[in-house]
Formats: sequence, C-alpha cells, structure tokens
Amino acid sequence: MTEQEIYADLSKKFGDKVIEFMEEGTQNPTAVVDPASVAKMVTYLKDDERFQFDSLMNLAGHDADGESELSVIYHLFSTELKHYITLKTFTSRAEPKVASVANIHRTADWHEREAFDLYGINFEGHPDLKRILLEDDWEGYPLRKDYVPAEFYRGMRIEKVK
Amino acid sequence: MGALNHKFNENILITSLDKLLNWSRSGSEWYFQFGLACCAIEMMSAAAARHDLERFGAMPRSSPRQADVMIVAGTVTLKMATRVKRLYEQMAEPKYVISMGSCSNSGGPYWQHGYHVLKGVDQIIPVDIYIPGCPPRPEALIEGLMHLQKKMREEHILEKKED
Repeated sequence: MTEQEIYADLSKKFGDKVIEFMEEGTQNPTAVVDPASVAKMVTYLKDDERFQFDSLMNLAGHDADGESELSVIYHLFSTELKHYITLKTFTSRAEPKVASVANIHRTADWHEREAFDLYGINFEGHPDLKRILLEDDWEGYPLRKDYVPAEFYRGMRIEKVK
Repeated sequence: MGALNHKFNENILITSLDKLLNWSRSGSEWYFQFGLACCAIEMMSAAAARHDLERFGAMPRSSPRQADVMIVAGTVTLKMATRVKRLYEQMAEPKYVISMGSCSNSGGPYWQHGYHVLKGVDQIIPVDIYIPGCPPRPEALIEGLMHLQKKMREEHILEKKED
C-alpha cells in the first residue's frame, strides 16, 4: 500500500484526529496526527490485516526552532507487506503530552524515555518514564533549541572558561 | 667492603632502597582500564599482541584496588565524572593518572557545545601524563607509559609527604 492510501484509510477511520498529509519538504510522506490518539492509531495499524505494521523502526522527538511546538515522529514498517508510513504529532512546548505506544511496540520503551530525557515530552501511559541517559538530578532538557546549559553540575564547571 | 669482601663472589649488588623500589614499581605499571570511548580501542590495541604492553610489565586490571595507574581513555561525561573520581579514590597509594586523548585532556570535540562533557579530567583528579591525539596511536600510549616510568624512577616514596 502507498502512504497516500494508508493516510486515506486513517482519515476515514479517525476523522479529524488525522490532521494533514505532508509530502513536500519531508523525506518520507508523513501523516500528521493528534497526540492523544496516536496510540490508538498505532494499534489499529498494527492489528489490521491490510496494514500489519509490526515494526516501529524509530521514534524520535524533535524541536524545530525553539519557539513552535515540539513534535514526535514515528517510522512504521510492515515486515510482512513491506510498506512504510511515517506519523508525526505536534504537542505544546509548555505542557508536552503524547500518548505512549510502549505497550504496543516494546521498542518504543527506551525511545520514549530518550525523548522524555532530552526534550521533556511526557508520554502518558508509559510503564516507567524516567531519564535514560542523563542523571536523575539533571535540570532542563538539553536538545531543546532554547536550552541554556547551567554553569555548574554537582560542583563541576560545564562551560570551559576561555 | 672489608669483612664481606670475596664472600659472595659476583652475586651481590649495592643500591639504595629508593632505587630498588622505583625499579620494581616502574617495571610493573598495572593500569586500571578506564575505556570510556574510542580511545579504549587504541588502549586495547596497545595491550594486544602487536604492541604488547606487557613487555613493560604493564597489565590491565579491572579493579582499582589492584591498579597503580589509571588510564582515562575517552570522553568523560558529567555522569561518569563522579564515578571516575570515586574509583580514583579507591586506588591505593602511590597512584598515577594518565589522561589519554583530547576528550579527557580538554573536552576534545565537545569543547564548545558539549553540555554533558567534563572539559578535562584534570578538573576532578590530578593528572600525571597527558597524551594528545584523537585518538592517540598505541605508540603514543606506550610513550606516555614510559614517561611515567621516568617520573616514577625519580621519586622518593619513602620520604614523608609535605602537607
């Protein structure tokens, strides 16, 4: 199935929860969807006979410019039917909330923790959402474009004095 | 030598205790392997058959209690830095540190935007030998170890340390 066909089917099933289809300016044709419904869509795409998206190849957080909304991107692949779809969901910078898919695709567990660690995106329904790379007492989310590093961390200077 | 003359044939050597200790210490630099990034590959290569660090009595240990010298080989992240310090404190005196590669010397490629990297391991523990390179070749590590041997041979470990 092509991405357009998958998008058309998703739109029919989920109505206005599927927002738009992006083809230009992205590497993969992408369906932009609602952050609260993304788990339902991923379940649907996994279980439906016609799609069989059994592999979540990647899940990534993204901050475009440090001002607009944060986003999460899902790359799905069907090992049975050999087709792809990319989902993208936008969430507010002040209170980023996205439904977790960790219980649907186990691979999303650590990916979501990474996005939480570095972008501060809260994945609702995640079984064990805590920092994965940085220490638990770290302040801030370093991969956000508006992040400013602290001067010290546990008494160690972070920026070298020139 | 008076009374001892000709009693032991040629089987006796006279030296100072300092020199004897330093000779034996510098000939057995057991290093605490602290591979943190790609420098660790060069360190492993230096220890393996082609470069064979054991020629110099340098042998890898996995416990700080058994090691004389810590080779910090790689990027010291802020998360790892506290562990580096604790493991250094667990080593027995006399102890030495070799900082291997640009990252542990000064932060290396993470100098400017490395929010998570310690800009030089010498900020948390005293470093004896710095080895430049990204990563340094095994020959460079061997030269570093030989410089450390030289340093060891000039020390007087039995003298009381000044506070």
